Amino acid sequence: MIGAIVIGLAGGVVAGLLGVGGGVLFVPGLVIFLGLSQHHAEATSLLAIVPVAIVGAYRHDRYGNVRREDAVLMGVLSLAGAAGGVALANALSGAFLRDAFAALMVIVAAQLVHRALRAPSAAETPDRKT
Amino acid sequence: MDAAAEGSPGRTLRLMAIGTLAGLFSGLFGVGGGSVIVPLLVLSLGYDERTATATSLAAIIFIASFAAATQGLYGNVNVLDAVLIGVPAVAGVLLGARLQQRLQTRSIALMFAVVLLASAIELVLR
Repeated sequence: MIGAIVIGLAGGVVAGLLGVGGGVLFVPGLVIFLGLSQHHAEATSLLAIVPVAIVGAYRHDRYGNVRREDAVLMGVLSLAGAAGGVALANALSGAFLRDAFAALMVIVAAQLVHRALRAPSAAETPDRKT
Repeated sequence: MDAAAEGSPGRTLRLMAIGTLAGLFSGLFGVGGGSVIVPLLVLSLGYDERTATATSLAAIIFIASFAAATQGLYGNVNVLDAVLIGVPAVAGVLLGARLQQRLQTRSIALMFAVVLLASAIELVLR
């Protein structure tokens, strides 16, 4: 229980600081520290992301940065894709999915390094001034 | 540019394509999909990065909810763990955003990249 709270808090701080989504932290945290299977970790991460996205969107919306109609269109029209992605994940083995996720983490790490080295302030871009 | 004009069919199609791709990515990996949505909004609809990030977060509310609900049908969602992570994460994001105004985030980004790489190795070796 404490482990989950620590994962959430740490993941949230990093997400707020660096503009990296929570999921890329929640999933490995759930697998490594709480021993969840890759499938359960991904599913649980998705639900944990919802409140984070709600608060994040609300904060940005106060500054008028959210194009609401576009967001709703994209969101509603994502249903087929989201269902397909979940079906695909469940059709794959846990080991394969875990390795694919590890590859995703390497890409996110490379993006972070790239952004950090490009300009000292570039790593702050996504959430700047909000 | 006409295709991307407000309310035009071309624009709707692009938003639909971005939503579908982001949904696939989110459902497959259990992440929000912002890393797919933000660059696509910038490249295909001329968004600036901040508006793209903000709009992507709002879209992710729907995307992650749909994907989580579908995962629920497979019996994969640990609701208690999700609450124990999601609620402190909200506090964490607010704290992180506040710290961001005061800290030089460059070295933090590099350290975090190392943590990500180490975790990726840990996952593969499991």
